[in-house]
Amino acid sequence: MTGKDEDNQLFLEAYRKMVKIRIFETRVLYLFLQNLIRGPVHLYIGEEAVAVGVCSALRKDDYITSTHRGHGHCIAKGGDVRRMMAELLGKKTGYCKGKGGSMHITDLSIGILGANGIVGAGTPIAVGAGYALKLKKSDQIVTCFFGDAAANQGSVHEAMNMAAIWDLPVLFVCENNLYGISTGLREVTRVTDLAKRAEGYGFPGITVDGNNFFEVYETTREMVERVRSGRGPVLLEAKTYRHEGHDIGDPCVYRTKEEVEEWKRKDPIPRMEKELQYRKVLNQSEISMIRTQIEQEVDEAVEFAFASPEPAKDEVLSDLLMREG
Amino acid sequence: MRQISYREALHEVLDYELQINPDVFLLGEDIGPLGGAFGVTTGLWQKYGNERVRNTPLSEIAIVGAATGAASVGMRPVAEIMFCDFLFVAGDQLINQTAKMRYMFGDQCQLPLVIRTVIGAGQSAAAQHSQSLEGLLAHIPGFKSVIPSTPYDAKGLLKTAIEDNNPVLFYEHKSLYNMKGEVPEEMYSIPFGVADVKRKGKDVTVIATAEMVHKSLRVADRLQKEGIDVEIIDPRTLVPLDMDTIINSVKKTHKAVVVHEAHLSYGPGAEIVARLADEAFDYLDAPLKRVGAKDVPIPMAPHLESFVIPQEEDIYKAIKSVVD
Repeated sequence: MTGKDEDNQLFLEAYRKMVKIRIFETRVLYLFLQNLIRGPVHLYIGEEAVAVGVCSALRKDDYITSTHRGHGHCIAKGGDVRRMMAELLGKKTGYCKGKGGSMHITDLSIGILGANGIVGAGTPIAVGAGYALKLKKSDQIVTCFFGDAAANQGSVHEAMNMAAIWDLPVLFVCENNLYGISTGLREVTRVTDLAKRAEGYGFPGITVDGNNFFEVYETTREMVERVRSGRGPVLLEAKTYRHEGHDIGDPCVYRTKEEVEEWKRKDPIPRMEKELQYRKVLNQSEISMIRTQIEQEVDEAVEFAFASPEPAKDEVLSDLLMREG
Repeated sequence: MRQISYREALHEVLDYELQINPDVFLLGEDIGPLGGAFGVTTGLWQKYGNERVRNTPLSEIAIVGAATGAASVGMRPVAEIMFCDFLFVAGDQLINQTAKMRYMFGDQCQLPLVIRTVIGAGQSAAAQHSQSLEGLLAHIPGFKSVIPSTPYDAKGLLKTAIEDNNPVLFYEHKSLYNMKGEVPEEMYSIPFGVADVKRKGKDVTVIATAEMVHKSLRVADRLQKEGIDVEIIDPRTLVPLDMDTIINSVKKTHKAVVVHEAHLSYGPGAEIVARLADEAFDYLDAPLKRVGAKDVPIPMAPHLESFVIPQEEDIYKAIKSVVD
């Protein structure tokens, strides 16, 4: 294959993942509204280009830390939608055996070091993993996803400073979707281009259009190269928007319909489809075929999840501490 | 046998582990060239270098978080939090991350990490540098909690802590660092959940931790002269807690007093007497007693501080009240 073919292959795979996130999340919303999924659920709809753009520029053995809005990161990193759906339904076959649920869906075997219900808390964990990689003289890196609201947590400040002073292989990715629950970013910080904060720590920060897959991917690739070469951390700020509320059931009184519509016109998926068609990587019938295939895959995930057993009650006491050692 | 201090005993284990295990590294505030606020890591930075003995910024959240993250990818970090009073700056990392990751992710990771920290009053360091907070995190499932009282125990328990594949909280009492005791040169491990009978006796069981073990031993010598034979048990680990040894002692003495430097209310003593009431009620001939710090912040003025912290007289009175 030529370099261009390889790129096109990667773009197609990325497109499939973005569609998979959209269809998976739409199904989750449907199941939640039918009362079949319990607990708080934060949907990634609208932000697909960030997780997929970033993860497409990573190696399989690189690590990430995720957030409460983590389903997209899991799919982008290569997670199995069957085990994700089973976790959402609290089944034994779920990623966390039903003990974690939406906010903690994670797959350590593909390098996801946790999805986190505490805003900002994944950042020092990413820094510790980065420190371990440095000690092991590994060329793997850690990508740390967090949101605009997390940027005001002390943990994020401590983590960024620590990554900077020790030149750790950490790529910080701020998913700036403009709101922390109901509170707008302008209300909680003076400098709303959060990438600017990087300068204060002494590493580069770049802002990208988080709804443009190609911009996220290309920029991440350059940054990953720098981080992997041992030149310390980088902050990527991806401006994006969640089409749904903070969680399912959020009345969204804090934003206007016009604002939502404006961002929906910038939906990353049609934008990518248009670009891939223009580049002749994809045509309309292939788009329909991919959608059908993914609908089927998500159908199967839902069937798998419903057919899976509940965790036995006595399993509630296991998995806390390792018995040996 | 040779005698070394509690500080030296701890230092020997850290030195040994850094030498034999490339996955072990230390991190904490001022643990580098200075050797830590209490000198436990003296010389290790010079010997093993910056990367393995890592001086950190004053960032407790990131220290605990980084230890947790490093452990999740296979390292065995040993973090130092200068005073246990600072532990809760990193409260979220400890309670919501470190303690929960393994369970919440359904057994996808192990977290072999140790957090060493310092407890205890007696140095007029006042309210924010004198507490004994070992009970607080014992309430949170997901940690083991270790509280050694002698140089021998400090060495064997720290060895076990670093070998353990779970998050271990290791509480060192600042007044014990200079205490000397017999410690073998070779390495050895003391299993968690095995209490040590520090003094054999038949009349009353005293369950004591950290410096209170030594205060209780002196009280026991005094009571011996009055014809009261005190048995002193040091649980050595609060989680897991060796109730068998405690209950076996109570079966013999029928009386129990718990002594700790942590505050009395909701302290570790409350848990121990509750378990005794539940599991050994039929063997008891007297009310269960607790001795702990008064329920106020630790004051600076020496005479006030010693009034708040349990003294030998307080322990003496508590024992007498159940024996008489």
